[in-house]
Amino acid sequence: MTEKVLMKGNEALAECAMRAGCRFFFGYPITPQTELAAYMSKCMPKIGGTYLQAESEIAAINMVYGAAAAGARVMTSSSSPGISLKSEGVSYMAGADLPGVIINVQRGGPGLGSIQPSQSDYWQATRALGHGDYHMIVFAPSTVQEMADCAYNAFDVADKYLTPVMILADGMLGQMMEPVVLPEPKTELPEKPWAINGTKCQRKHNIANSLYLDPELLEQKNIERFERYEIIKANEQKAEEFMVEDADIVLVAFGASARIARSAVVSARARGIKAGLIRPITLWPFPVDVVDAAANHCKQFLSVEMNMGQMVEDVRLVSAGRVPVSFYGRAGGMIPTPAEVLAKIVELNEQVGE
Amino acid sequence: MAEEKIVFQRPKSLLPVVTNYCPGCVHGIVNRLVAETIDELGIEGRTVGIAPVGCSVMAYNFFACDMAEAAHGRAPAVATGIKRVCPDNIVFSYQGDGDLASIGMAETVHAATRGEHITVIFINNAIYGMTGGQMAPTSLPNQVTQTSPYGRDVSTAGYPVRVCELLSSLDGPAYIERVTVDCPKNIRKAKKAIKKAFQYQIDGIGYSFVEVVATCPTNWGMTPQKAFEWLRENMLPYYPLGVYRDVVADGFANAAEAAAARAKDCPIASQGGKA
Repeated sequence: MTEKVLMKGNEALAECAMRAGCRFFFGYPITPQTELAAYMSKCMPKIGGTYLQAESEIAAINMVYGAAAAGARVMTSSSSPGISLKSEGVSYMAGADLPGVIINVQRGGPGLGSIQPSQSDYWQATRALGHGDYHMIVFAPSTVQEMADCAYNAFDVADKYLTPVMILADGMLGQMMEPVVLPEPKTELPEKPWAINGTKCQRKHNIANSLYLDPELLEQKNIERFERYEIIKANEQKAEEFMVEDADIVLVAFGASARIARSAVVSARARGIKAGLIRPITLWPFPVDVVDAAANHCKQFLSVEMNMGQMVEDVRLVSAGRVPVSFYGRAGGMIPTPAEVLAKIVELNEQVGE
Repeated sequence: MAEEKIVFQRPKSLLPVVTNYCPGCVHGIVNRLVAETIDELGIEGRTVGIAPVGCSVMAYNFFACDMAEAAHGRAPAVATGIKRVCPDNIVFSYQGDGDLASIGMAETVHAATRGEHITVIFINNAIYGMTGGQMAPTSLPNQVTQTSPYGRDVSTAGYPVRVCELLSSLDGPAYIERVTVDCPKNIRKAKKAIKKAFQYQIDGIGYSFVEVVATCPTNWGMTPQKAFEWLRENMLPYYPLGVYRDVVADGFANAAEAAAARAKDCPIASQGGKA
């Protein structure tokens, strides 16, 4: 029987992580992800799970590293400044091929920034969360239902590819309430023969490690990991297309800004402007295939973001000069209005028509 | 023909591999004491160790039990994650002074105050060995190191941290002892302490911590024997050997009971907690 309930995005993430078999949560308080940790602290003890408030985000992510190495489904959550602190641990997880889920309920930055919603950690999530040659899979939900679905699926993806997975949300999605259909709890979890949970004196010891002093060996490890990334790119790209087929102007927007962009597309269509929307659901791998297909027929891309222009660079990479790529964004915790985005579409439509 | 009798051999849980330790380094002695302990307690199959960043960074290759390599200073947090997932496993971290008392001080103190059921082996040789002899949080006043070339000036570099004394003020730890390995007698005492620390974890008594006051002949620029003399002369007066906390010797069943007794006059703390 499916349950439909009214929930905050942050709570949906927590609830569906537990339904995905996550029994270990390590966190540190920060706004605007507060509800997630509170929900975990309330519910985990009731299902035999562990909620542990760590002394810092750094400690929390290293507890995630340990729990993941021991074979558990494990999660941590934070918001932008706290995610920066976790980046060391995420790099070690990637280097040791450990699965785990990291939630970033983004707020404005840089520095302490604001506590208002933002998408200014796109670069950090898709390019540089921590040092070294690696990627992690990044999901960008745009509804509370999708927050639930992403949290439910993220653990499977992490276990399948042995990689950290991030759900990149923001303060708006985290704190808004919407109806959600909750999935059935998972009962079958994958075996992890590589886990460090005691040899029982029956096998050679397992080691969770990212250190390779021999450069040839480390290079080989990196090559193997990047071969896995190619498989992820081929299999895991996800995007929603809305009125893209005949569109002259294709908006590209994810998460909260995609909701606003969609309203602007509907208004533009009402004015006879052929606008459409590509909404990346995975930010890494970037949905290259659908953006590439659109570049073959549209006249203009418009990246709409809650930052100073970050994803726009990925759109330009895919467009590769075929189609001009514009940007509209608000930063620092400001949220663009549909009217502002519509005005930008109208302006671009006039140029396209020239 | 006389019957052969083995009187001494490599502990089973110490693998027959070449270590990266310098000649005269005491890490080899302490690695061995940990391995002997694991063998004697029969816990190799359920032990998980955590190697630090420092000279013992590659200890994950030396022990036969499951091992993790932690980021610099984070071993107690990694140990916490493992122990929470596998509460029946015996989890130990093996850390040096820079790792444990400088970059990882927060993780050290908080794992201790949470009373994590882990065992921490702390090698204090008053220097960063792996990186070539820089000043450590435990370098002594006026000690010359690569980054205190005129001697540690406490007016600018501050004072060394006495970790056993610091942690013994917390309610979480069950057992804290400082030992050294400068002579056979002290090695036997160190072994006893390490074994007791593991036994306390096995028995669920609480967090256990053993500091080993150690040498670094290479970076101290001394022969191993001269380094032991320097240790006895300078390290031991600053870092006195002995038991800093032992809740069982104090008459309690475990760390939780000792903590409750200490807080008996605090109404909220002495309320019966929900199990």
